[in-house]
Amino acid sequence: MTHATTDPTRDEHAVVGESPADSEEDSFSRRGFVLMAMGGMGLAYAAAIGYPIYRYLNSPVEKSVEMAMVKEVALPDADKLPKGAVLMFKFGAKPSLLIHHADDSWVALSAVCTHMGCTVAYNPATTQIECHCHGGVYDAKTGDNISGPPPRPLTKYITTIAAGSVTVKRA
Amino acid sequence: MAIKLDKYVIDRLGLAEIIAVAKKKTVPQHKQSFWYYWGGISLFCFLVQIVTGVLLLLYYRPGPEAYESVRQITYEMHFGWLVRSVHNWSADLFLLSVFVHMFSVFFMKAYRAPREFGWWSGMALLVLGLVFGFSGYLLPMDDLAYFATKVGLEIPNSIPVVGPSIANLIRGGIEVGQFTVQRFFALHAVILPLIFLPLLGLHLWLVQKHGMAVPVSEDEKPVAARKTIPFFPNFIAKDLAMWLITMNVIALLAAVFPWQLGEPADSLKPAPVGIHPEWYFMSQFQTLKIMGRLFPGYAGEAIGMTLFTVGLLLWFLIPFYDIKGKGALRARNATYFGLMVVAILIGTTMWGYLAKN
Repeated sequence: MTHATTDPTRDEHAVVGESPADSEEDSFSRRGFVLMAMGGMGLAYAAAIGYPIYRYLNSPVEKSVEMAMVKEVALPDADKLPKGAVLMFKFGAKPSLLIHHADDSWVALSAVCTHMGCTVAYNPATTQIECHCHGGVYDAKTGDNISGPPPRPLTKYITTIAAGSVTVKRA
Repeated sequence: MAIKLDKYVIDRLGLAEIIAVAKKKTVPQHKQSFWYYWGGISLFCFLVQIVTGVLLLLYYRPGPEAYESVRQITYEMHFGWLVRSVHNWSADLFLLSVFVHMFSVFFMKAYRAPREFGWWSGMALLVLGLVFGFSGYLLPMDDLAYFATKVGLEIPNSIPVVGPSIANLIRGGIEVGQFTVQRFFALHAVILPLIFLPLLGLHLWLVQKHGMAVPVSEDEKPVAARKTIPFFPNFIAKDLAMWLITMNVIALLAAVFPWQLGEPADSLKPAPVGIHPEWYFMSQFQTLKIMGRLFPGYAGEAIGMTLFTVGLLLWFLIPFYDIKGKGALRARNATYFGLMVVAILIGTTMWGYLAKN
């Protein structure tokens, strides 16, 4: 078995041996150029492959973000909700709650706990909103965080009551 | 050394041993060296299949929603059409390069001792590749997929006595439906990869173990007159260049000729006019058609199937009867057999396409 003499690394060593200064400079610029060109091409290919894959993976994200952009949601027949009762609904992609208080006031709040994102529950006995994950408590009229770990109040929406439906709007 | 690898990484991962082996390894260099790249091209296409297959897996839903999910992938997900198209085109290119690889191995007589298991494992990989193609074809559940599977399952169905039971088991019922899609999906995405990957590992190991075979013309030369190039980096660099070309070809085909999605499968609709199988099944399709014309009724199918089985068996067992012996180095009969197989495959395939309408 003999090696063909086309091995580039061998040729180069031979040249380097003859006149180190000259050829080193020469081979540096040539090698530098080739490496740069190959690196650039590699990056271009990585981008050409990576971008479609990123967009493909991100498609459902874009869809749900689009869904979350809704400005208002109409809840048919929600005006028939009895006093002291709660209705869970989706505002875009996010779970939310509509409470018909005993004093006939209506409140719509995001049901996503501001602490770690669990879905909160309205407790009619205490008339407070509670999070079962880490014990957060919110005021059921204002959405303010009363006790426990939640750092911020729940997002409050504007409610409009009409015959046959309740409309919930982003504040 | 052109490639500067960090000493730390080399040392901690024990790469020095691997590099030493790779540097010592050589690849024969001669007039037929071009054919050495086709195994690598097949491997690259297979890797593309894994990547795009996993991407499709993210949105594909087997069962009753199969068609709808493929419609979403093709028309709603960003670049979903491209992922699907690359998966299809790369599958075609995979089988094409596997065929080229197989025939180059055949004509170089590379199946001879000590490489018999390379030949057999390669044949098994080809059969698995064809089953991959057949099972994947049904998954979109459009009209073409539906009829292709219906017709394809007539082949196991024609086996005497046990045929119908086997076909029903594969189908998951007496008609192609959602259960067929579900089990073809399990086959395509789980069972076949589980069998394919270890076999591929064995196949690649055997190439490392026995090295590249040389064609007879090269084998006849004295050892001193043969040329080789180092595997690393020379052959690897050329191999990667071929991969790059393959990638560009796949990208071009996928972008310019995106795969279409037909109408949803409907068991009450008649088969579309001019329906025909994929090119890699065309030869068998046409041969069965010819046999059916020569011998009407079940006889044609039976004779066709028997011919396939005998041919495939002869092909598979060639390491046993084309043995390197005194004065038999060239063994022209085996070469003529190979040429005949190529001629029949290409001839019947072209006939099939020309006689389509």
